Amino acid sequence: MNAVVSDNRLAILDHSRLRSRASAKGEGRGHVSVRGLSIEFDHNGGKRAAVQNAELDIRPGEFVCLLGPSGCGKSTLLNAIAGFVQPTRGTLSVDAQPVAGPGPDRGMVFQQHSLFPWKTVRENVAFGPLMAGVGRQEATSVARTFLSLVGLAAFEDAYPGTLSGGMQQRVGIARALANYPSVLLMDEPFGALDAQTRIMMQENLLEIWREFRNTVVFVTHDIDEAVFLSDRIVVMSASPGRIIADIRVELPRPREQTLLTSAEFMDYKRQCLDLIRQETLRAFQQQNGG
Amino acid sequence: MSVKPNPAFEPAEPTPAPLPTPRLAAAPSPADAPAVTLPRRRLPAMTGRYLVRALALLMALVVWHVATVTGFNFFVNFENVPAPLVVGQTLLAELASRDFYLHIAHSLGRVALAYAYAVVLGVLTGVLIGRSRWAEDIILPYIELFRPIPAVAWIPLAILMLPTEQSSIVFITFLGAFFPIVLNTVHGVEQTPDVLVRAARSLGANNRAILWHVVIPGAMPSIVAGLAIGMGVAWFSLLAGEIISGQYGIGYFTWNSYTLVQYPEIIIGMLTIGGLGTLSTLLVRKACTPLLRWQAKGGRP
Ligand SMILES: Nc1ncnc2c1ncn2[C@@H]1O[C@H](COP(=O)(O)OP(=O)(O)OP(=O)(O)O)[C@@H](O)[C@H]1O
Ligand SMILES: [Mg+2]
Repeated sequence: MNAVVSDNRLAILDHSRLRSRASAKGEGRGHVSVRGLSIEFDHNGGKRAAVQNAELDIRPGEFVCLLGPSGCGKSTLLNAIAGFVQPTRGTLSVDAQPVAGPGPDRGMVFQQHSLFPWKTVRENVAFGPLMAGVGRQEATSVARTFLSLVGLAAFEDAYPGTLSGGMQQRVGIARALANYPSVLLMDEPFGALDAQTRIMMQENLLEIWREFRNTVVFVTHDIDEAVFLSDRIVVMSASPGRIIADIRVELPRPREQTLLTSAEFMDYKRQCLDLIRQETLRAFQQQNGG
Repeated sequence: MSVKPNPAFEPAEPTPAPLPTPRLAAAPSPADAPAVTLPRRRLPAMTGRYLVRALALLMALVVWHVATVTGFNFFVNFENVPAPLVVGQTLLAELASRDFYLHIAHSLGRVALAYAYAVVLGVLTGVLIGRSRWAEDIILPYIELFRPIPAVAWIPLAILMLPTEQSSIVFITFLGAFFPIVLNTVHGVEQTPDVLVRAARSLGANNRAILWHVVIPGAMPSIVAGLAIGMGVAWFSLLAGEIISGQYGIGYFTWNSYTLVQYPEIIIGMLTIGGLGTLSTLLVRKACTPLLRWQAKGGRP
């Protein structure tokens, strides 16, 4: 994979039009700012908060994991940054621009089944550039570049349905990156994969991210995954989701699988485990007690 | 209000079943394991099945023959039914006459025209209903109300309201094809997965691009099913419509033979409509296969 990535470094920089469009605001893009954010949904005639009073500042180029028990509002918070969900209170901005709706500056990778099944792998990745108006030929060449970045150049003519789950997710990552987003949003992108594939995908993602250095907001409920990937782990409480901890992970990069058994890794893991355990217990009591 | 196509219009197998694509279980790296496609279908097995189908049809012919020759009359009466051999002789005579082809040509022309209108208007209306709540609330009541009305029932009104005989017949045929196309299109459009719409939006697609790149391709299997069913129903309605035809049309030929008590011709008319209907439905399916290539090559992910 390493060789593949460095081979493509120049090719990626070649797509200057897309890139300059993306970096029009200069370096240090991808500053996510969440202020007093609450999101409520209709529930049994009343309102129920999915996210409550969240304060979060993500620096450009930071890799942040949102960690929390199931149903705590991680996806809701991520979807708000993506522009799919409107905040009830508070403000949300990316690079000082208030988030008004979804847009190509924030690439999204979903858990699964989000590729267009009627488009080939290449057409899927070319879709973003095409929508950006670069023309079919350039869009295709951007798509090829990003497909080799994720090691799937040989599958450009395949339809998504013929690929394994791991390969589909790599196409999903290539598709999101092909717009040169300043923020990459990922909602449990490896949640449906088997353990071995997941670890490979995590290493893979870190290699790619090293090239781009864009901001990544990664939702997971897997503690190992959060510690392994992130610069920072934002832990959310059980529903309604509040941010209860912000842990800086100072493990050296590049990170590889061997890190998973190291003592420092275990320390971080224990720290998260304790927090999550308390929250999960609270969630259980809430669900039982009504 | 949720729209479900009339079960009668739902084909037994709405979309061609994708071939199974098992994945390599013990690949060196699971992330890279490509799917393995099975060889299409064994040819001898397929020819064998076509043979069985041909034999099944042949058997009906034999039963028909025996029943007419023996004058079978128990509840169902075969005494006045022409024998297959008589029908065959009449068919040969018809095949040698110019009029028979004129009948077919007129019917083909009417079906083609009516079907073209039905495809365009049906898909447009279906997409509109599927995408807009307003359109759904305004148009759907009409569709629900008019859909159960059989083609024959339209004849008096069609004659009263439309300027020519030809336009009345085309209109009645059109109605037959229109409803299944609309309802299947609505069904397909309403099933658009939300995650695909979100994916497209976050990639920079506007509403038009989403319609074109996500909604319509996603609805295509259902639309194609509607197009195939619509073609069948078009022929069905054509027969009704051609009651009012003055001179030509295979439906007219059948009705006219009935009036003239020409039993072999009635059977020939019926079988011709059946044959043309089957062939044109097959043609629609063949013409649509390029639109569903992705399904044949791996199905939904
Ligand atoms: N569109 C919606 N309408 C109503 N309620 C919603 C909606 N989306 C989410 N919720 C509710 O908000 C809460 C948080 O949901 P969310 O999907 O954000 O949790 P999550 O942390 O992503 O959970 P998981 O780990 O299971 O994916 C849940 O109680 C959920 O039922
Ligand atoms: Mg979630």
